[in-house]
Amino acid sequence: MPSLGADMEAGKLIEWKIKPGDHVKRGDIVAEVETEKADIDVEIFSTGVVHELLVQPGQKVPVGTVLATIVGEGEQPSAAPAPPPVPERVRISPLAKKLAQELGVNIEGLPGTGPGGAITREDVEGAVQGKPASKPPAAAPAEAQAGMRRAIAAAMARSNREIPHYYLKMQIDIHRTLEWLQAENLKRTVKNRLLPAVALIRAVTCALKEVPDLNGYWVNDHLEIKESINVGFAISLRHGGLVTPAILDAGQKKVDQLMAALTDLIVRAREGHLRSSEISEGTITITNLGDLGVETVYGVIYPPQVALVGFGKIQERPWAANGMLGVRPVVTATLAGDHRATDGHRGAQFLSALDRFLQEPEKL
Amino acid sequence: MTENEVRERVFQVLHRIAPEANLNQLGPDQNLREALDIDSFDFLNVVVALNEKFGVEIPETDYRRVSTLKGMVEYFKS
Repeated sequence: MPSLGADMEAGKLIEWKIKPGDHVKRGDIVAEVETEKADIDVEIFSTGVVHELLVQPGQKVPVGTVLATIVGEGEQPSAAPAPPPVPERVRISPLAKKLAQELGVNIEGLPGTGPGGAITREDVEGAVQGKPASKPPAAAPAEAQAGMRRAIAAAMARSNREIPHYYLKMQIDIHRTLEWLQAENLKRTVKNRLLPAVALIRAVTCALKEVPDLNGYWVNDHLEIKESINVGFAISLRHGGLVTPAILDAGQKKVDQLMAALTDLIVRAREGHLRSSEISEGTITITNLGDLGVETVYGVIYPPQVALVGFGKIQERPWAANGMLGVRPVVTATLAGDHRATDGHRGAQFLSALDRFLQEPEKL
Repeated sequence: MTENEVRERVFQVLHRIAPEANLNQLGPDQNLREALDIDSFDFLNVVVALNEKFGVEIPETDYRRVSTLKGMVEYFKS
């Protein structure tokens, strides 16, 4: 069971996408897992042949549990430890519980198809008749939302407990970027238009290449700077809650590729089809609350990351430059930094670089 | 195309983006992005879907004209 974020302790296997004997390669989606925050498509990170599936759909197991064994071509499989159960109350209807006792059915690990995964009379009867377990239903919306709040609470509480945040903010004249976007979009069809958010993401990745200390993890009392820039982008879900999947290798992507990647990510986030790597491999997070009229974002860093960049609303403001007063579209960019990993000087260098890239949008 | 036909198509587009919203309660002059909690990404999707429904490409400079239900209906009726 992969760890899909700092807040995850256990996950429930929803469905296998593979079976013993299947050939798999790195990056293939092999299972669907339910976490407190969302259902995630789990990718595999090795290549080989599926030997054995050790966890059954409906089972909830701790992070780190071996879900399946994979062997390389011509290799002999080694024994894997049995999955430890997660101690939790078994959800079962009174009628089903009574029936299970009468029929001698072990309800531990029995997949439930009732509300919230509760075991029903039909599930117990199915177990007696030896019917294969069907795919358990997704959590009810209210329950899913409560789970998401718990997950966010756990991650943010850990962040506030462990990370000494510092905050810097800078107001950035963004008129050159907007003019460039407007000119670009005039040349494009509706479907290929770019959003300002994409230019902001690109500017962040360019600035991170100059100040890489903000792109990494704080692990075992030291900063691990990451080579790949995987930008976690906060996406609000329509039924409430928030996910921050990452645009992987965002540092290698130009604005068109970033727009395509962001579009794909938002659609899949809202459909509940994010990949495990997108959840677990973010190296920095961007939160853009400008759409909601927020002026300044003071974000909470998502551990073990060491920085979060926030953008507020793009607003027209009086702006003095070169001895002249004019009106310019201005965005407030904030940096929340982990003081264990960097100091304000580094953070200021980052914001300064961000400003510079937004003044030269043709280079984005 | 009649006003009602335009409105019906607009509702189809908005329903796809905000399926949980009760569109019949939408005021004609309400800002759609605020009323339906539509972010800039969703709004671009609305524009793309309207383009597909009506065959009209809305330039960015016209976004303000289609920011309300009344504005949208007027825009595509004409």
